[in-house]
Amino acid sequence: MIVMENVYKKYPNGVVAANGIDVAIEQGEFVYVVGASGAGKSTFIKMMYREEKPTSGKIIVNGIDIAKLKSSKVPLFRRSIGVVFQDFKLLPSLTVYENVAFALEVIEESPRIIKKRVMEVLELVNLKHKTRMLPSELSGGEQQRVSIARSIVNSPSIVIADEPTGNLDPDTSWEIMKTFEQINSHGTTIVMATHNKDIVNTKKHRVIAIDGGMIVRDEQRGDYGYEA
Amino acid sequence: MSEMNNEVITVMKLRTIGRHVRESFKSIWRNGWMTFASVGAVTVTLLLVGVFYVILMNLNEVANSIEEDVTIKVLIDTTATPEQQKALETELKSMPEIKSVVFSSKDNELNQLVDSFGQQGEILKLYEQENPLNDAFLVKAAEPETTKQVAKKIEKLESVHLVNYGQNDVDKLFKIISISRNVGLVIIIGLLLTAVFLISNTIKITIVARRREIEIMRLVGATNGFIRWPFFLEGLWLGIFGSIIPITIIAILYKNIYGYLAPKLEGNFIQILEFTPFVYQVSLLLLMMGCIIGVWGSMMSVRKFLKV
Repeated sequence: MIVMENVYKKYPNGVVAANGIDVAIEQGEFVYVVGASGAGKSTFIKMMYREEKPTSGKIIVNGIDIAKLKSSKVPLFRRSIGVVFQDFKLLPSLTVYENVAFALEVIEESPRIIKKRVMEVLELVNLKHKTRMLPSELSGGEQQRVSIARSIVNSPSIVIADEPTGNLDPDTSWEIMKTFEQINSHGTTIVMATHNKDIVNTKKHRVIAIDGGMIVRDEQRGDYGYEA
Repeated sequence: MSEMNNEVITVMKLRTIGRHVRESFKSIWRNGWMTFASVGAVTVTLLLVGVFYVILMNLNEVANSIEEDVTIKVLIDTTATPEQQKALETELKSMPEIKSVVFSSKDNELNQLVDSFGQQGEILKLYEQENPLNDAFLVKAAEPETTKQVAKKIEKLESVHLVNYGQNDVDKLFKIISISRNVGLVIIIGLLLTAVFLISNTIKITIVARRREIEIMRLVGATNGFIRWPFFLEGLWLGIFGSIIPITIIAILYKNIYGYLAPKLEGNFIQILEFTPFVYQVSLLLLMMGCIIGVWGSMMSVRKFLKV
């Protein structure tokens, strides 16, 4: 569960990216975050996984106020959250399997559990047959599925995706969307920032629209609402 | 939160240590020329540090052994009666800061003077008929450093004609040591900083090359300690590799010098430091300095890049 209370964020250069945000996202919800570039969408998302700290206000994720979280506690917090990016952020010299396993290795998980979990999530994203390939040998959609697999490999309760389909063609975007809905069906909260009008209007979920650092619209089964 | 805490504070697993060591060696290999340059800088620095250290420590030892041997010559008034001379001797022997008192007759003094002049000394033998020298007590201070004070004290005693001691020479030697130590220190610090700078640059290259890796590690919740370890180790290895050549060269060099000088100094009061344990001390010092330089350099760049 994610709760923001009166969140305000001003960058050192004077830009106000969050101007009094109040929102609550229940466990298991699927939420689209829409808004024009520069509206404060990215800041909104980044504050959820403590990449940015709010200037003031509360951000409670799974019962912890991460606005007040000490830097030394951030790594532990991050283990309860998965993050997916537009540019995949895969390590080019590692295979599909190694890329996913990396996320567990660096938190010192045991090899037995790593093997089991990695194969599970690769099956979930339909890449079990490509474990030994390098990212450069995969299509964009496949690469994004590897990065999704990596984000869920330590069973996070929330997955945050920042324009995950931004670099993909429409057909592939649908594929990715299916994967996210599948993950969501297991009870994982999904927060997805997106510019993809078709997806938002077709796959109906809650829509939070941000403009000028404020939530201007928040509807269950909403529309994209902008002319893309 | 506390439950999560305990999970992380467990002792580092063997597997993790293995991973960090592997990663650090991979970077050393990948950085090629920068590795070579930083190891070279550490080598040059430590070699100079080692040579300076060996020279200074030995000069110190020589000065100490000379100082140990400093004798205060107390010349007895020619007018002193045997009783007065006896009284002076008793008084000197009763002073706690004096270790030994030896009488030396004026004939003995003359013989020594003649000897010290060698061939040309023969002419001094003419004085044998009418010896102008004084009888003397040869006094050694219990603490060589207090020679000056002891001498001053003796000067004030009765029946004392004059007090001589070689402290000035020793003072001069100590002054030379002190100056060369300071000059050496400045040069060494300069070299040290250069080595640290080069190492920190090498580690910086590693960090930049691993930027994405670090980004992902932080994203998926690797602790800062975990992220830092390979860089820490890389710096440590660079320092240790850099100390190998200086340690070897200095050990071999000192073995030869010691082998050459020690027999010549046999029976002489001047001494240099024995091969063991001195060379072990120097080696340990250089190894430790190498480690410090390496770790310092790596921490400098890691701190800049990994701040949360």
